[in-house]
Amino acid sequence: MADNILVMKNITKEFPGVKALNNVNLEVQRGEIHALVGENGAGKSTLMNVLSGTYPFGSYSGQIIYDGKECQFKTVRDSEKIGIVIIHQELALIPELSIGENMFLGNERRGKFGIDWDETYAQAEKHMKQVGLKDRATTLIKDIGTGKQQLVEIAKALSKNVKLLILDEPTSSLNEEDSRMLLNLLISFKKEGMTSIIISHKLSEIAYVADKITVLRDGATIETIDNAGHDIDEDRIIRGMVGRELTDRFPDRERRSSGETVMEVKDWCVRHPVYTEKEVVNHVSFHVNKGEIVGFSGLQGAGRTELARSIFGHSYGTGVTGQLIINGKEVHLKNERAAIEAGLAYVTEDRKENGLVLIDTIAVNNTMARLEKVCDKHGVIDIDKENHIAEEYKEKLETKTPTVQQHVGNLSGGNQQKVLLAKWMFADPEILILDEPTRGIDVGAKYEIYCIMNDLIAQGKSVIMISSEMPELLGMCDRIYVMNEGRLVGEFAAAEATQEKIMATILQSDKKDESKGVLQA
Amino acid sequence: MKDIVKNQPETLAGRPKFNANALLKKYTMVFALIVVFVFFTALTGGKMLYPQNISNLLLQNAYVLVMACGMLLCILTGGNVDLSVGSTLCLVGAIAAQIMAKTSANAIVVILICLAISAAIGVWQGFWIGNMHIPPFICTLAGMFLFRGLGRVVLDSKTVSIANKTFLNIFTSYITVPGLDTGTLHLSALIVGIVAAVLLLVNTVANRAKKAKKGYTMSSAAGTFARVIVIDALILFYSWKLANYKGIPVMLLWVLGILFLFTFITSKTAFGRYFYAVGGNEKATKLSGIDTRKVYFAAYCSMSILAGFSGLLVAARIGSVNGDTGMSYEMDAIGSCFIGGASAYGGSGTVPGIVVGAILLGVINQGMSIYGLDNNWQYVVKGAVLLIAVIFDVVSNHKTGKA
Repeated sequence: MADNILVMKNITKEFPGVKALNNVNLEVQRGEIHALVGENGAGKSTLMNVLSGTYPFGSYSGQIIYDGKECQFKTVRDSEKIGIVIIHQELALIPELSIGENMFLGNERRGKFGIDWDETYAQAEKHMKQVGLKDRATTLIKDIGTGKQQLVEIAKALSKNVKLLILDEPTSSLNEEDSRMLLNLLISFKKEGMTSIIISHKLSEIAYVADKITVLRDGATIETIDNAGHDIDEDRIIRGMVGRELTDRFPDRERRSSGETVMEVKDWCVRHPVYTEKEVVNHVSFHVNKGEIVGFSGLQGAGRTELARSIFGHSYGTGVTGQLIINGKEVHLKNERAAIEAGLAYVTEDRKENGLVLIDTIAVNNTMARLEKVCDKHGVIDIDKENHIAEEYKEKLETKTPTVQQHVGNLSGGNQQKVLLAKWMFADPEILILDEPTRGIDVGAKYEIYCIMNDLIAQGKSVIMISSEMPELLGMCDRIYVMNEGRLVGEFAAAEATQEKIMATILQSDKKDESKGVLQA
Repeated sequence: MKDIVKNQPETLAGRPKFNANALLKKYTMVFALIVVFVFFTALTGGKMLYPQNISNLLLQNAYVLVMACGMLLCILTGGNVDLSVGSTLCLVGAIAAQIMAKTSANAIVVILICLAISAAIGVWQGFWIGNMHIPPFICTLAGMFLFRGLGRVVLDSKTVSIANKTFLNIFTSYITVPGLDTGTLHLSALIVGIVAAVLLLVNTVANRAKKAKKGYTMSSAAGTFARVIVIDALILFYSWKLANYKGIPVMLLWVLGILFLFTFITSKTAFGRYFYAVGGNEKATKLSGIDTRKVYFAAYCSMSILAGFSGLLVAARIGSVNGDTGMSYEMDAIGSCFIGGASAYGGSGTVPGIVVGAILLGVINQGMSIYGLDNNWQYVVKGAVLLIAVIFDVVSNHKTGKA
């Protein structure tokens, strides 16, 4: 028999009204990287929360056997004590505290009187070295990037003597470079005998890193696929996840650019709102034609979101200069309201933080950007009409929810994204800026979002799509702009663009920067 | 408890099955109010039910109800409170009393001047909080000292009594219709009660007909009508008690007017919706093209106007104003909101909810006074009730699976 470090048997977990897990089985061998895949709502995170004790023993049925012993975790601490550590998708770090303080939060190194800070920082730097972090342990979390923060989380896990590391969507907010580094780190830990379970939507990463892949669908185990050769076909995984073959990952669309320019940006500059000497967007000029999907590619921090938000009624940055021309007329959009009225919509990359009011209902969120459309001339809301509109969008976008009175916070990521799109479609814009429209949602929902985008184009709207996933830009866009370090460094027609070309453009512009930096110094 | 009166179709499973647990949770504070009322009625040997006491319950708590409406707006924006309202109440009451003591100004003019001053105070607070982003707690704490001090300056540290009959009548008289209200029974109160009850019923039926015609989804008929019948019964009971005392107090009309206005604003208008949106997610609200500064401004501005108006109500009811008038009244308004289910994090709470909260506090106060409990112990009980209400709210929300 294989040496299983973990066996989960017949796990069933119910929430009021929903069976989240139904007799799920999972076997993880010692020293392997085991991937857990499935659509949103398939039960991956729930299963891991059962394992880590976030859902205490008794709130689920079934057995957890770890290291040959049956375990009954009442709290997360119980599972951590024997070496199971989970790193959640939303990082649990406190920005105002240092790396060292964060690593030993709740697990402080005690001296004779209070905390032994020398020991804390020495230990912290030891573990940071293991994950390849060269910063000082006294650096504040808010001063390092998301990529490094993810590494701090892993170092924190190491400090707890982790034997089984669970990572929930570790790369969802990382750029390609940082993601690759993180995955290689996992592989090197594997060589030292650590076991990992990784949840991810990025199938290419799974194929690269995982030894075995367990597929969950609708709260049940579908299959476990062997990937010892790391050469699995992505379509093979997708087939298991959605239960059908996805022949095309991107829906077809007739690409016909009218050549009529709806929006033009000239010489756009934006400065950082706090560090005002820093140019976040640097002399960017581009245009969007009617009926086009225009992509913006680039690494994290390239300034794409900042560009989009500064165009959308100066909602980011200070000292915004440059010309914005919509339908041949120069406009000055001094706030978000003016931008909406000029026919712009900005669909944020961060739906929970900047997009939706989670404690309000779908109906309320749906009308928020253009509430006046369901009001009479005195500003009195026609609640019935509002509900009716929400129902219509629910049908049209196939949002999965019993009623539009559901609180948005209770929906899965893909469905939240649909509500967010519905909100901005209701505002009836001409140009939609979609910032990472498919971040953190599953393959099936992504396809549906792409279809919605094509529908918008068919209705004569134009779309600007910011995305860190190059395949989706290549699959969806008519033209792709490439940004790096706040500047526009390339433009490709979709037909001639490839991932390699885009990456090369970014890297070459980096080199130019370096040489320039040397000259200036 | 956000949905105390908002009619929400059964969510989640979507089945309109009768669910005692859900009902209990939705109307927790209503049931608590009933229990407390019955308890004090028993404790005081039925004295709570005397027409005079029922009538006074409202008059004594008029200022709480009025100020709770404004406080709700402040709390909705993100759990912020306005600490200065008790002082504002004192300052405005003091100005009213002094004008009437020193001059022979017309009562209407005095009221208008006072409301204008309240609005000016509101603009002052709203400007700092909304436009200059001064934290509300600090800004209103400063206001609490400022306006209390100014109030005492205006009063010259004396108690100033009000002799202007018109002014007193505008707030404290009872409606008497010649011919109807001559006997021991004030029929006008009863008639108004019956008319209101019938109107509510007719309105509900008409609303459902309209919805059915347009093909909108509706909540269950049984639930809707059960609620209407309960409310109608309360209206009839209340008007019967009023008819047995002195009839309809004018102050009731003022309070009802404000309650209806704020219920309407918060549940039916775009303006009101923005308060919920800002408290729910300020960044998302801003990106939706809503000027969040104006929302904060509006919340604190209307709060001060209501506090000033309460100053007039209190001054008229007591008949005089001194430097301690309105002391710690802000706590009554804040307490009512939280007992009535407003979220301490903002973004949820309803006017009907806070009315229940205010009446619950009022019943406890009155019950303890009638029973003759020591004043100091009354504070202890009020504090405990506030804590229990919030604990209950938090715990029951946790059980639904929402963290």
